Amino acid sequence: MGTRRKDLGESFLEWLLKLLSESEEIEFEDFNLEASEFQLDVTGIASIVKPMLEAAKSMEARAIELIEELPKPEAMFTNRIAEVRIGATRSEGGSRGRVIVIGGEVTMPFYSFSALNPNPPVVSGDVFDWKLPLPKPLRDSFGDAMDDPAEWAKLYIDKFDADMVTVELTSTDPSIRDTPVREAVKVVENVLQAVDSPVMVGGSGDPVKDVELLTEVAAIFEGERLLLSSIPSPEDRFKPIAEAAKRYGHNVVAWASLDINLQRDLDRAILNVLPPERIVIDPTSAPLGYGIEYAFSVMERIRIAGLMGDRELALPMLSGTSNAWGAREAWLKTPELGPREVRGPLWEAITALTFLLAGCDLFIMMHPLAIKTVKQTISWLYGRWDTPAKAIPNWLEEM
Amino acid sequence: MAKKISPMDVYKLLPRLNCGRCGISTCLGFAAKLVERAARLEECTPLFEEERYRDNLSQLREVLRPPVLEVAFGPPGREVRVGGKLVLHRHELRYMNPTVLAVDVWDDIEGDLESRVKLVDSLSYTYIGRELKLNALALRCRSGDPSRFQDLAEKVSKLTDLPIILCSLDPEALEAALLKVGDRRPLIYAATEDNWRDLSELAKMYGCPIVVSSPGNLSKLRGLVKVLNDEGVDRLVLDPGTYVGEGLAYTVNSFTLLRWLACRQGDRLSGYPLLAIPAVVWADEGFRGKPEEASWMEATVTAMMIARYADIAIIHGVEVWQLLPNLILRENLYTDPVKPVSVEPGLREFGSPDDRSPLLVTTNFALTYFTVSSDIESAKLNCYLLVVDTEGLSVESSVAGRKLTAEKIAEAMKEYRVAEKVSHRKVVIPGLAARLKGELEDLTGWEVLVGPRDSSDIPSFLAKYWRI
Ligand code: B12
Ligand code: SF4
Repeated sequence: MGTRRKDLGESFLEWLLKLLSESEEIEFEDFNLEASEFQLDVTGIASIVKPMLEAAKSMEARAIELIEELPKPEAMFTNRIAEVRIGATRSEGGSRGRVIVIGGEVTMPFYSFSALNPNPPVVSGDVFDWKLPLPKPLRDSFGDAMDDPAEWAKLYIDKFDADMVTVELTSTDPSIRDTPVREAVKVVENVLQAVDSPVMVGGSGDPVKDVELLTEVAAIFEGERLLLSSIPSPEDRFKPIAEAAKRYGHNVVAWASLDINLQRDLDRAILNVLPPERIVIDPTSAPLGYGIEYAFSVMERIRIAGLMGDRELALPMLSGTSNAWGAREAWLKTPELGPREVRGPLWEAITALTFLLAGCDLFIMMHPLAIKTVKQTISWLYGRWDTPAKAIPNWLEEM
Repeated sequence: MAKKISPMDVYKLLPRLNCGRCGISTCLGFAAKLVERAARLEECTPLFEEERYRDNLSQLREVLRPPVLEVAFGPPGREVRVGGKLVLHRHELRYMNPTVLAVDVWDDIEGDLESRVKLVDSLSYTYIGRELKLNALALRCRSGDPSRFQDLAEKVSKLTDLPIILCSLDPEALEAALLKVGDRRPLIYAATEDNWRDLSELAKMYGCPIVVSSPGNLSKLRGLVKVLNDEGVDRLVLDPGTYVGEGLAYTVNSFTLLRWLACRQGDRLSGYPLLAIPAVVWADEGFRGKPEEASWMEATVTAMMIARYADIAIIHGVEVWQLLPNLILRENLYTDPVKPVSVEPGLREFGSPDDRSPLLVTTNFALTYFTVSSDIESAKLNCYLLVVDTEGLSVESSVAGRKLTAEKIAEAMKEYRVAEKVSHRKVVIPGLAARLKGELEDLTGWEVLVGPRDSSDIPSFLAKYWRI
């Protein structure tokens, strides 16, 4: 209310001042903007000023009417999402140049008017241990780096500005190449040497091989605080992965398929082994056009439940956003839909941005343009929120 | 929390004639539907036709007023409704009235106005059996000249009957345009602190809803709503300002705060549809003369605003690659979370099948059905596809949730008389339903072939295994 009244008051007084000085009847020095004092000063020329004052009053009345202070947002949440640290520096017993912290939220994403969340979400570049078939726009942006996971990882960090990398050891799948665990471990080692960012390691999803693989990775890279992916629901057979993570100081991903109850059961089981600060959940990222609404709502529900006090869901979330490339509309070479060189990455970017608004903390992504967009958007959204950063452009006339 | 309405409160105010004209035999039944938002007040015709119900009608409107008012604009028959939102999160019920996507045209347009209008009018993409389309035109008075603006309105109205948003801050220009298209009930953009008196007059005179604009100042926005309400103008849409780039934090927060206040704290002054203008990207100094970058940025902002409460979005870029993901995002987020998008069950024919053609089985989840049918179509197969009612669940979910069982398939085979269509006795089930094979064979006596897990492999599967 205050500011607006002052604006109007000021301009009115300026105008009045001008009028009066033109009439040369009175001169104001050290002019005071307080309307009440002003009134006292001008009583002598009441006959001229009175109607003007009345006009001013009605303008002021209008100005006051135009301001309706916002109701204070009621308290919303009571709980805090666990904070997970990924990667360990040399002094912490690892070899990383830096550590990434995710989680720690106290409110829904970008409800800054209620509270500020501490850790901006991050992007992880998706690296595979074999040259899997990918849509052309992706192949084109990786080039030869796809032949060598270490080079591929460097590309994400050095050129695409990703915060960390995810090494997907999918070639270990018995139905793909059945790469022996020994060789897969070597790939992880090469990546750890190529980049000094935190690293996530993913298995193939094969229940038997994954246990063998991820427990071995955990042991060999003791102290690196990797993020091991994943422990699917139901978890019984995967318990050794959680135990290895505990023994050797790593984090795990708890992965359920778009089901909040399954997710809770799975988290509860893992929480018997690991503290919440070691668990990231993957509620499954169905992409744009292929179930994004399920994933969006499941993430929102999980985050709300976590913030309201559900300990088993108060964990940071990740999204396998590169899934977006599975949508036909993303990669189909259909000229009527525009060039897939931009359509594909936009598909990936929009899939990520939608989950960003649902509360996702970590995005596993592929296309440089999509990564850049998501990183930039995150930095904007974590910037100043209470007043606009700049004036709004005149879109009516200037475009 | 927004108040919960009981059907009794509504019932008390209905005519209580039990005349059935609303399509439901009792007023109480209709009241229940109204509360669930499964019926509209307009369907009870006596309420509108008879003078004696006038008070009741206005009371009903009040009782049923959603946290976010529903506002309609556009010509009769092609009007769009915006707002009407009941919940903050879609999982709490569902989102009503999908975001209206409006494309701008301007009065000193240098290119071809007609082709731009036609493009907006005709653009359509078929996604799981639905036509995804743009919904409105935003006419900008760019010249500052009321007569040119009027000209534009007139021209546009001859080219299309798409709903219109008239955009200018000059009451004279708006009135000039309203003289030509006022009868199409355009949405008027915008009332500001400087022109709100004139705009409220225009709104009353032409019976049109108006946008209230106060970029960057939510208290003033609410203040404007208040004075307009006091003037008797209630059909409003709010423009809290769409700031892009570094301003995005402000935009997302203010949209969220307004929607929170409306849905959770019952704040009337915030309870109106929200207008986003991702098109501002094009006027931003950082993007002038860089159409690709602007289209890209505009698309990402539009997506976020669709997910965060925009009921209308005005956009400028019309590249298909930028529109398509947002048309789909809107469609996805506005589906009913408890009712998956489904298709009619039944027996479909592809190509020109005969009695020796393959018989395939799938579910009635729209995404499943359209994925399978597009694979069949693109391979130009001649076959039958039996679509089983799984209450809109995909193959794997429905097998797991026992909505797709051997009994269900056997029943559907009977109901849709497949035995009369084919002379063979073979049926192909999806690979993900493999476990139903034995039981289905027992129930029907037919030979059951387990198909591939992904429907894109159906053509090669049939080439290899279909022998009659
Ligand atoms: C989205 C989803 C849901 C949504 C439902 C969406 C819907 N409308 O169906 C919701 C959240 C509601 C849901 C519920 C359930 N789901 Co669910 N769901 C999924 C998810 C993530 C994607 C399913 C999907 O949409 N696929 C896309 C469609 C197009 O695939 P499709 O129908 O299978 O069609 C393909 C093929 O089958 C084939 N095909 C189709 N027709 C035909 C025909 C022929 C002739 C041939 C040859 C091929 C073929 O081609 C198609 C294209 O590839 C999957 C996991 C996953 N990532 O796959 C789990 C999944 C299917 N669900 C699962 C389960 C267990 C359930 C529930 C029972 C419990 C739960 N987890 O919530 C309930 C059941 C619902 C009920 N009420 O009974 C399990 C199934 C496990 C199993 N194998 O038994 C899965 C695999 C997740 C998991 N790993 O736990 N689910
Ligand atoms: S039309 Fe109106 S009065 Fe008649 S049954 Fe329906 S609700 Fe009752």
